[in-house]
Amino acid sequence: MSDLVLDISLTVNGEQVRERIEPRTTLVDFLREDLGLTGSHVGCEHGVCGSCTVRVNGEIVRGCLMLAVQCDGAKVETIEGLSDSGEVADLQAAFEQRNALQCGYCTPGMIAAAQDLLLQAKERGGVPNRDQIREHLSGNYCRCTGYHAIVDAVEAVAQARAGGKQ
Amino acid sequence: MKITDDSPPVLTALDRPNSYIGRSVPRPNLNRLTQGRGQYVSDVMLPRMAHVAFVRSPHAHARIVSIAAVAAKKSPGVIAVVTGAELAKVMTPWVGVLTHLKGLKSAPQYPIAVERACWQGEAVCAVVARTRAQAEDACELVEVTYQELPAVTDPETALDGKTPVIHPDLGDNLCFERKLEVGTPDKAFAESDAVVETTFMFGRHTGVTTEPRAVVADWNEGEQRMTVYQGTQAPHMMQNLFAKHLDLAEHQVRVLTKDVGGSFGIKVHTYADEMATVALSKLLKRPVKFVADRIESFVTDIHARDHRIKAKIGVKSDGTITAFEIDDLTGIGPYSVYPRTSGIEANQIVNLIGGPYTCANYRAQTKVVFQNKNVMCQYRAVGHPIAVAVTEGLVELAAAKIGMDPLEIRRRNLIADDAYPCASAAGLKFEKLSHHESLAHLDTMMNYAGLRAEQKRLREKSIYRGIGFASFIEVTNPSAAFYGVGGARITSQDGATVKLDAQGALIVHSGVTEQGQGAEAVLAQCVASSFGVSIDKVRVITGDTDNTPYGGGTWASRAAGIGGEAAWQAGKALRGNVLAVAGSMLQTTPQSLDIRNGVVVDAATGTERLPLEELARVAYFRPDTLPPGFQAELMATRHYVPRAWPFAFTNGIQASYLEVDTDTGFVKLLKHGASRTAAPSSIRSWSTSKSAAAWCRESARHCSNNACMTSAGSCSTATWPTIWCRWRRKCLTSNAATWSRPPPTANSAPRAPAKPAPPARRPA
Repeated sequence: MSDLVLDISLTVNGEQVRERIEPRTTLVDFLREDLGLTGSHVGCEHGVCGSCTVRVNGEIVRGCLMLAVQCDGAKVETIEGLSDSGEVADLQAAFEQRNALQCGYCTPGMIAAAQDLLLQAKERGGVPNRDQIREHLSGNYCRCTGYHAIVDAVEAVAQARAGGKQ
Repeated sequence: MKITDDSPPVLTALDRPNSYIGRSVPRPNLNRLTQGRGQYVSDVMLPRMAHVAFVRSPHAHARIVSIAAVAAKKSPGVIAVVTGAELAKVMTPWVGVLTHLKGLKSAPQYPIAVERACWQGEAVCAVVARTRAQAEDACELVEVTYQELPAVTDPETALDGKTPVIHPDLGDNLCFERKLEVGTPDKAFAESDAVVETTFMFGRHTGVTTEPRAVVADWNEGEQRMTVYQGTQAPHMMQNLFAKHLDLAEHQVRVLTKDVGGSFGIKVHTYADEMATVALSKLLKRPVKFVADRIESFVTDIHARDHRIKAKIGVKSDGTITAFEIDDLTGIGPYSVYPRTSGIEANQIVNLIGGPYTCANYRAQTKVVFQNKNVMCQYRAVGHPIAVAVTEGLVELAAAKIGMDPLEIRRRNLIADDAYPCASAAGLKFEKLSHHESLAHLDTMMNYAGLRAEQKRLREKSIYRGIGFASFIEVTNPSAAFYGVGGARITSQDGATVKLDAQGALIVHSGVTEQGQGAEAVLAQCVASSFGVSIDKVRVITGDTDNTPYGGGTWASRAAGIGGEAAWQAGKALRGNVLAVAGSMLQTTPQSLDIRNGVVVDAATGTERLPLEELARVAYFRPDTLPPGFQAELMATRHYVPRAWPFAFTNGIQASYLEVDTDTGFVKLLKHGASRTAAPSSIRSWSTSKSAAAWCRESARHCSNNACMTSAGSCSTATWPTIWCRWRRKCLTSNAATWSRPPPTANSAPRAPAKPAPPARRPA
């Protein structure tokens, strides 16, 4: 507990944000409570479940393991931003079509992690196989146990993007 | 029971356009969730909302000597520090008993512990502050002085004279006891060619919902109303309990349940900290929010399945099972959980053991004892995993003892497919099951003979593979026999209201809830089908006690079978009302018209007569043009409750194929498959082809993945497709394919069923 507060300035989903926060504030609490971006979810608060996965400066991070002050000057993207820009529209459609979500609590983090894999694959010039998809999503926990359909959805999008169908 | 046919006269319900029964459709609410735009309770923020954190007992059993809160009250942001004694003036305690579980007893439980903490993790003091962080800061400043008391931990000694009694007023640590003896088990064992005895031990599980338990309570002093946003499976049940223990009328309480981040049975109970949050809102006259953190979840979410079962089976050398006997012991924590009690799981085990098999001799006893651990209560597939593990373990041991193939011994003992209706030794009533058809299907699907040959071949190379089976029966769609008869205000009926909006679309309000199972999709399927519109014209609203019909919520597979039936009937009733309007507008008889694809058509020819949008326009805005005396009724409500059978039993059989590393003991699951056919024979082929048959490496991976990642829960129950039977003829598989792999082009549109729909004729 401290009375210390810090000013941070960052870009969140393309918007400039200036806020005064306590140093102990985690990124996901900052996004949810200060900015009202409740699409990033809090499941375990110690980096295990992946529900709070967001993108900071192009890399996915655990929103519960990063402090908001560490994001001063950073570019942060949440599921709301990824949705509105249309960047993950094909993944979302594939998840919906294959019922790759049940309660949906893990889904924003799952989609952020899947998109990260597909961007990496695009850079490398390959199409991830099912084992690679599973490996990349292994830090995202779906307690409704829908992994099978999730891998199906990500695989379908990976193949579609590689085939230029995006 | 006489059932009249409700099918439209020309086409059957299954042949009609907009027939979604038995077909996979996209769930209507998914886009919101994939975009992160759902509304989970943990997302709810209200003006003036405060946050509560709890000081929790570090001891399993301790007297609370004193609570010093001076420093905590001065901590930044703190609004109130409230003890159990103070909150007891706002909310009355509860006792988790049901009268039909004879002799079941428990002690009064308070929202916050008063005088004594009875398990490690029980809340002993609440701190309300402007933020959760501030509340947690202040919790660290609350000084609680405890006097440690001896803790009762081992169920085996809980009833010993030397063990302290947790609640002296109860006299002993026995919560519930049941004994059952059917037939002549002693004689049957004596006449058996082999008797096998063993002891099964099961550790505690818990639900581990990704969104922890969450509640926001908002007492409006001006309205004298309590609004509770709660991640629950049973909003109307909670409405009753909040009202009862705050001494309010039920109409003064509104429970809202939007998105729920996983429930699995753990969110259908009364939790002291959630009750405390509601009481704090009343006390402080402002919204108060509580979201359990992960550690709080582990020490306060209900646990389940902690059982020690001594078990015995008798068998003849021809494989005939002669008798089952079990002695069950389970420790359920210091309180029987309210209002469903902590006796149901043990009771279910007694009921279900031996259930798939023809065996007239059965002796069972169970003892449910108190202990100083977190509470246990009903969690997904209540009692089934224990009963199945014990039954199937015994059958495997019996087969090994007499040298019989494990599939063959099941074949010789499973209840015959033509034996129904019948009852099990424990008295469970079965309408129609299909054990043998399921077994035969599995046998073929897995190429059992081939796998045995492969197993033998590999064994010679020191590769150890095993094949295991589990037949099972499953309780679904409970009637009032589950809770209502025991005095709990948990309704077994459910209702649906369907309204035609001014543009010809439908709004459905239902008493069941959605926690990811696809209940809303099921309701939309039912209404679209029985009314006659495409499913995208149906909007479903659940989880609001002010605005939905009184219902039981979603648990025990009841949302589709009971809520779905009510929705079907409501859609059908509205269809009749709309056709009456159409008849009056078109100056013809309603019977000569039908609704297909959102258009009123001539029933005989299919010729379009009137779009629903036009009908709605006239009925709502130009009712003056309708015939004098005619009143359009564009909203219909129907309710449904199972009456003929206490439960709708289903059945199935699963198989696993695995490999054991004999150096490390590591077990690798290679394949897992299930054959499950919904009960009525008329839909059996459908359900089998549609959803049950999964025998592939992918599902094995999925299963092992799940098993690794969850310390709790069985993957099988988590992944069962939703199958339900609408009376005797319809099978609806909604979003089924988390288990079996969906076809690549799945779900985009209603498709013709794989087989021609069976004629939908119901026996009179």
